[in-house]
Amino acid sequence: MDAPLALLAELTHRCPLRCPYCSNPVELTRAAQELTTGEWARVFDEAAALGCLQVHLSGGEPLARRDIAEIIAAARAAGLYTNLITAGVTLDAAKLAELQAAGLDHVQLSVQDAGAAGAERIGGLPGAHARKRDAARAVTGAGLPLTINAVVHRQNLHNLPALIDLALDWGARRLEVAHVQYYGWALANRAALLPPRDMLDAATRVVEEARLRLKGRLVIDYVVPDYHAVRPKACMGGWGRRFLAVSPAGRILPCHAAETIPGIVFPSVRETSLRDAWEGSDAFNRFRGTAWMPAPCRGCEHAERDWGGCRCQAAALTGHAAATDPACALSPDHHLLGAALAEAGAPDFTYRQFG
Amino acid sequence: MTPIRFAPGVRLHHDRARDRWVVMAPERMFVPDDTALEVLRLVDGARDEAAIVEALAARFDAPRAVIAADVGAMLADLAEKGVFA
Repeated sequence: MDAPLALLAELTHRCPLRCPYCSNPVELTRAAQELTTGEWARVFDEAAALGCLQVHLSGGEPLARRDIAEIIAAARAAGLYTNLITAGVTLDAAKLAELQAAGLDHVQLSVQDAGAAGAERIGGLPGAHARKRDAARAVTGAGLPLTINAVVHRQNLHNLPALIDLALDWGARRLEVAHVQYYGWALANRAALLPPRDMLDAATRVVEEARLRLKGRLVIDYVVPDYHAVRPKACMGGWGRRFLAVSPAGRILPCHAAETIPGIVFPSVRETSLRDAWEGSDAFNRFRGTAWMPAPCRGCEHAERDWGGCRCQAAALTGHAAATDPACALSPDHHLLGAALAEAGAPDFTYRQFG
Repeated sequence: MTPIRFAPGVRLHHDRARDRWVVMAPERMFVPDDTALEVLRLVDGARDEAAIVEALAARFDAPRAVIAADVGAMLADLAEKGVFA
């Protein structure tokens, strides 16, 4: 069994934005249930001892934690490379100086669209776009590396060239163009967000052209949507192989969406060490390797390449977490994706909110 | 000559769990080979290329011209990967 390389620390589900594709679960955790500063420090020590090299500090909005600087300092003290994944609307130069002094290594800043009107309609927070631009200036002004994360979908994909210009203008050296992945809130809003094939193909050409044109200035990572795929994505590089996540309330997960799978009890950092969860828990061993696979994954030449695709997507779309991911053309449920594409095109979405 | 510095967000890190050195960078990491590691351990923001060659020539029993060529190629390769400012 390999040791994990990275920890996703979902510090809180609180966030000033209300993006309709939020990757948080539909059942959001409230502040009173969140892990304490000391508990996170222990999690970081355990993660580093287990083999993690990097921590992604995410949420929700991680800056909603008033102890965010202490959390960053604890992660650095544990020896982890610290990546702050933020919406940036509360990140000013003073806050950034505090985080930098605590040892912050890198900032990933989300944008919802290339222009303020579109971005603020999607994010649901008036004034957010200009505050993000100021946050980007604070990051680059402090000499910290900046990645812009642009989540793209049917309602903003036509603005991809302008999003690439924005990343350059805001001083990013990396741009992540991430198509929405359809779990939780995004699955509920799928009909409004899923792009048609021709839109996706045009976007892919834009990325390929920009990568050549901007070589040496901007690195572009491109995460494609699997609804148009023939082979599924190797989700998380395989269940329990390289990656683990800890939820705001302390659940230890093979991926941040894993709690959407019914019938699995995930261990808590309040009761179990990360090592015991990683090596010995039923939750991590359930879909590890290939022995659990049914047909058509079992014996398939792609089994150790894509690891059967995504368990959360299989559970959400087929009702069976152990089924082959319907994104695979070999899946008996592959037609479900075609049906979703045929239904897409709704104009309106529902914002994320605490239920 | 210009001192060689790591780019913002790039650092050399000892991976205790696997007993190896890794280069950590924004959203990526890689494991340098032994030659690259010898060079990277001399990157301190003060040494330039000549000083790195000097330090290695003092430690390794190889002709200085060979070391200089290796270091030049290695620095170019690492620069291509975005390791240096």
